[in-house]
Amino acid sequence: MVARRLADESVQPAAFAFNADNAKWAEWKIGLYPAGRQQSAVIPLLMRAQDQDGWISRATIETIADMLNMAYIRVLEVATFYTQFQLQPVGSRAHIQVCGTTPCQLRGAEGLIEICKSKIHHDPHHLSADGTLSWEEVECLGACVNAPMVAIFHDTYEDLTPERFEEVVDAFQAGNGASIKPGPQVARIFSAAAFGQTTLLETPTATREKFVPPAPPESPAAAVAAPAAAPAGNAPQPATTASKPRDVVEESAPAIKGTPAEAKVSTAKAEGERKAANAAAKANGKPNEAMREGATGAESDAGKIDGGDAVGKATDNAPAEGAAPAVTKKSRTIIAPKANPKEVNPVAEVGGEATLFVAPAGPADDLKLIGGVGPVLERRLNSLGIAKWSQVAALTPEDIAKVEEALSFKGRVARDNWLAQAEALARGGEAEYIRVFGKKPR
Amino acid sequence: MLADKDRIFTNLYGRHDWTLAGARERGAWVGTKEFIDSGRDWITNEVKASGLRGRGGAGFPTALKWTFMPKVNDGRPHYLLVNADESEPGTCKDREILRHDPHHLVEGCLLAARAMDAHLAFIYVRGEFIRERQNLERAVEEAYEARLIGKDNIHGWDLDIIVHHGAGAYICGEETALMESLEGKKGQPRLKPPFPAGMGVYGNPTTVNNVESIAVVPEILRRSGAWFASIGRANNTGTKLMCVSGHVNNPATFEEAMGESFKDIIEKHCGGVRGGWDNLLAVIPGGASVPCVPGEKIQNAIVDFDGLREVGSSMGTAAIIVMDKSTDIIKAIWRLSAFYKHESCGQCTPCREGTGWMMRVMERMVEGRAQKREIDMLFEVTKQIEGHTICALGDAAAWPIQGLIRNFRHVIEERIDQYTYSSTSDGAVPSIAAE
Repeated sequence: MVARRLADESVQPAAFAFNADNAKWAEWKIGLYPAGRQQSAVIPLLMRAQDQDGWISRATIETIADMLNMAYIRVLEVATFYTQFQLQPVGSRAHIQVCGTTPCQLRGAEGLIEICKSKIHHDPHHLSADGTLSWEEVECLGACVNAPMVAIFHDTYEDLTPERFEEVVDAFQAGNGASIKPGPQVARIFSAAAFGQTTLLETPTATREKFVPPAPPESPAAAVAAPAAAPAGNAPQPATTASKPRDVVEESAPAIKGTPAEAKVSTAKAEGERKAANAAAKANGKPNEAMREGATGAESDAGKIDGGDAVGKATDNAPAEGAAPAVTKKSRTIIAPKANPKEVNPVAEVGGEATLFVAPAGPADDLKLIGGVGPVLERRLNSLGIAKWSQVAALTPEDIAKVEEALSFKGRVARDNWLAQAEALARGGEAEYIRVFGKKPR
Repeated sequence: MLADKDRIFTNLYGRHDWTLAGARERGAWVGTKEFIDSGRDWITNEVKASGLRGRGGAGFPTALKWTFMPKVNDGRPHYLLVNADESEPGTCKDREILRHDPHHLVEGCLLAARAMDAHLAFIYVRGEFIRERQNLERAVEEAYEARLIGKDNIHGWDLDIIVHHGAGAYICGEETALMESLEGKKGQPRLKPPFPAGMGVYGNPTTVNNVESIAVVPEILRRSGAWFASIGRANNTGTKLMCVSGHVNNPATFEEAMGESFKDIIEKHCGGVRGGWDNLLAVIPGGASVPCVPGEKIQNAIVDFDGLREVGSSMGTAAIIVMDKSTDIIKAIWRLSAFYKHESCGQCTPCREGTGWMMRVMERMVEGRAQKREIDMLFEVTKQIEGHTICALGDAAAWPIQGLIRNFRHVIEERIDQYTYSSTSDGAVPSIAAE
């Protein structure tokens, strides 16, 4: 916090008015914001007033408050809170803001401040003897790579040495500030390294190379039955034949129009890959999410990677909804995968999840129908090996203790009455649930 | 190391035309309509598949944040609020996007707005970025003129963009303070909950994203999430703008893959540390608010979210501040304390009073005019400030000092000994009571 006050009454002007251009601009700016939210324009308007007059006076604050239908105190609050607003007159030719925060300090900002003190005034916010200059030390101005730097009105002067800075100050004092080119004061292109840029040496183009996912490691034996100990999340899933585009020409569907020519990938091929990926996804028991109907070539690899060959990668990198249960179902009696616990649920990090139960064959039930089980819990129950209502209904007290331990939800099973709910669902699905509980499952 | 063809920000150094015509030549606004037509879920899923984590410092998964927005519109408008209030000391990456690649951001706004059902986006640029804001405003105008955004645009998703700006308050980088400021008030953070996704700007659902997070979205959609995910390590995917400042031979901003080693990055892009690697004292690897890491520990660290956490720090905004052995490390951290004291909004007592107190104690420690037991007291106080404030500024003010005490306690003690020694030999005993 900095204590900031309005300037002394002796220097306060009697009135403030925007000039014609600025008044027009202000009207436009106020109109941008949604109806009734004109107050939003207060900072832009104050800034425009400062650009016009050099500083914010009491009259400015009152005029702008009237324009925006705000109480004077609210605009005063804003003007004193935001440190970019100058509350006292500044130098007529330059107000020099020296960045003094650590990155600039490390590269010699203190030397610049010394120059300000000797050339302008010992104290910040005071006018120099001839009234042309003033200075202040400001906090990080966001040009740290070009440190040390100063800002004068709208421009920044970067990569300064004390000698160069003295020249800059002298030029502005003489009213000759325009002769100094803004930006880096050494031979350097913006924020590129001074000895020459190390990146972007090639000329950029509008074409994008097709992304080819890295080939999966060769491991034919691990095809379907991954070794029990291997976490399924890392087990490579070799591409099945289904992942190869079957008949590209035949499937060049009429669906897609307006594919960007720049993508330079045959849409027919993409379509083929999409279908193939879908097929592969089906084979893996995992929905092909990344690949939608009518995808273009540019995106086709997303489908390929998910559907075809790298389920493990997909689960690792992106905890796509449903990815974990799908893998569990597939491996069934095999150990359940740790589906990226950090992303899916921070709680899971503590204990990890080992399979406690063996999910029976067949499609999984929607455990979310049990009140108290959401998508996250369902996923974690699935990874414990619970996929059916009947399994939940048959939980023994010891099982419940184990489940709650694994989920870190003590008392959840009893509190939400999972057993009775699951029993009803297992007996007769949704209809039975409504009959027993008199309401639809959530 | 990343190849040029995989770089997203192709005009980082302003060598090319930043306006619409130039941006189109570099691949912006290609295929945008198709992405919009693919719908909200497709965009979100593709970004989810990319593994993109927020580039503003906290590293929260971007797509996940978008899914917090209400699925069904309850009649209130949804807003996208882009946080271009880049003021973290050491950070100057968004500046390059705003002034040299603004169309990446404008296009990203349209796509992100589609993903969260928003028809109005605000871009809040820090007040000091005046030329940068002018470029962005021009880019938005161009996009309106070419009917890329606005009502009834050629993409079929109405979007208005308002470029707003602040006036020099660091705290407005905090998302709720940003919203307060946008509403025309003092930038004092709000209590959460309610979270912005439920009640943000003007009480309507809002998502706040960093400039870089939004600006990379068009390229992710063009090249697929799998492409982005293939760069870097799991959970730390993609490319990142990094800005290296301080005592390297050539400070620079550049785009690099995540997951490279610190030493390689500095050698390749910055010509090494001033005076050689043996001259490296400490590094602040993620902008001012993360703890500093001693030189020997950082050299082989991996620069990504997890890699820097392993060395007791954090990725932050990937603003790397390098300090060589000529640095007075106590003074450098004191200057950060002064920064936080200056920028505290004054709302919560631990921060308002604590930042000033810490700065004053640090000021004495720079001279050595302190007692050794005060080091522990200072550490204890930082612990009392951390976590007891509405926003994270209190934490951010505490961490640099904690990092200093944890790693450089011996330097502080030596300084105190030195001061005591010269005082006694000069015949004057330092008086703490006189403070």
